[in-house]
Amino acid sequence: MDFRPSVNPGIAPGPHTGQLSTFLTGSQSFSEFVGSVTPHLLPDPGPLAAGGGGAAAALGVPHGTTIVALVFSGGVVIAGDRRATQGNVIAQRDIEKVFVTDEYSAVGIAGSAGIAIEMVRLFAMDLEHYEKIEGVPLSLDGKANKLAGMVRANLGAAMQGFVVVPLFAGFDPHATDPARAGRIVTYDATGGRYDEKMGYHAVGSGSVFAKSSLKKLHDPAADLDATVRTAVEALYDAADDDSATGGPDTVRRIYPVVVSITADGAVRRGEDEIADVVTRVVAGRTERPGG
Amino acid sequence: MTMPFYSSVDQLLRDRSELARKGISRGRSVVVLTYAGGVLFVAENRSSALHKVSEIYDKIGFAAVGRYNEFENLRTGGIRMADFRGFTYDRRDVTGRMLANAYAQALGTAFVEQQKPFEVELCVAEVGQEPGGDQLYRITYDGSITDEPRYVVMGGQTEPISTKLGETYSHGLELPDAIGVALGGLQVPGADPGASNGATAPRVLSPDALEVAVLDRTRPRRTFRRLEGAALAELLPASNRGTSDEEPGVAGGDDTPAAGGALPDGGGS
Repeated sequence: MDFRPSVNPGIAPGPHTGQLSTFLTGSQSFSEFVGSVTPHLLPDPGPLAAGGGGAAAALGVPHGTTIVALVFSGGVVIAGDRRATQGNVIAQRDIEKVFVTDEYSAVGIAGSAGIAIEMVRLFAMDLEHYEKIEGVPLSLDGKANKLAGMVRANLGAAMQGFVVVPLFAGFDPHATDPARAGRIVTYDATGGRYDEKMGYHAVGSGSVFAKSSLKKLHDPAADLDATVRTAVEALYDAADDDSATGGPDTVRRIYPVVVSITADGAVRRGEDEIADVVTRVVAGRTERPGG
Repeated sequence: MTMPFYSSVDQLLRDRSELARKGISRGRSVVVLTYAGGVLFVAENRSSALHKVSEIYDKIGFAAVGRYNEFENLRTGGIRMADFRGFTYDRRDVTGRMLANAYAQALGTAFVEQQKPFEVELCVAEVGQEPGGDQLYRITYDGSITDEPRYVVMGGQTEPISTKLGETYSHGLELPDAIGVALGGLQVPGADPGASNGATAPRVLSPDALEVAVLDRTRPRRTFRRLEGAALAELLPASNRGTSDEEPGVAGGDDTPAAGGALPDGGGS
């Protein structure tokens, strides 16, 4: 009955990513699927010589620094400075460390920039993939747990010094009280997931200073404009005391990346708007350097 | 009855062809057409959960008729493939042509190598930067692929619908007009699989009975958008805004059992 020779007799079995059949079965999760078909595409640097944190230091990979997130009456704002460092050297002045990951979420990253950016790219792809396959987006907690799993998967690399610490900010469109719909979730290097009930948080090397600033300035009942300003103030304070965090660069017009997430969705605030906020913050600091 | 030892290739393929064609023709129809703002999908589908039309990637949409489990599997496979390509290379490197070829390959291989062919017909649509750049690929159960510049009609009784669209369709329609043209086709007498043969009165399809989506050229990045509820009702011709007069027992999904084409006509319920 078999009237055809078997196809491709000479080709070794394995995933052929040019054929649809490779994609007809597999995990519903995009990252798990990629891991099963082409594991080398995942943001895992693989086993290195056990050298403690020395491996990362020896490679001298760029690091991202301060990210802040704070809730307000209409949702949540997340912002990050633009500096990446390599030891004492500024590796990049205009790196972007805050990403809109889907309609109602954004992630900021601190740690090994290369792995972190790849992790966020994969995370955003995962969210979109789920939404397309299932027809509905993941729930806010589903997104936060997914990201926790990805951080946990990076634990081996973290042990070698390639630590990635994301900060997740999202808006829950199904929340009963819109004033509490903005949410912040933090992680540790082992993938531990912590809901931030205080309404603000910061990660990265300048986070201590940013958090102190937010503790004094943050107002959960504030409107969007005031909250964006508070975020920029906190980043300014972090840059003031942490050498690895970049302050607003008015000479080159490099300003923090600020994303607001409200019922209207996640929006990256325009450069003109942030330039205006930065001008006012800098003017205020000229009067009173302590803010 | 004894099994024959030998069937000619010709006979085998003809049998499979007949099975697939019968299965597909018993479902309800889907119309895909290009309009001024992009690509429009209109399906007769009373289910709000079991879709016939779907997003694949930024500029690529998918419509299918036939067996639900088969085209659903093909749909998810297509999404995985597109997402995988976009992740490996860049979002711009995912094209409708690539995807249409992959589908044609899968359907064609199954048609000659598997016991039962896919009882599905697919349309992969890609919206271009300019109105002239839209592509509609039709892929049939045997892996045949065609590139249609104007519209694609699949599933159910396609002939009366195609004839009607041939008369009413023109390039550069605005969205409400394009929906009107698609509805005119779906409502044409003889297109209703549930009606007895020889029905002459045109049907009226309400928003509940329709699944409508567009690939909107003006949207950044992901262009696919479903039109539902009040937003859809506003775009429909006035006569279609009411509710359906008759509700069938099954809202969506499969209209006939597996390999319904193998049964004699009328035996598939």
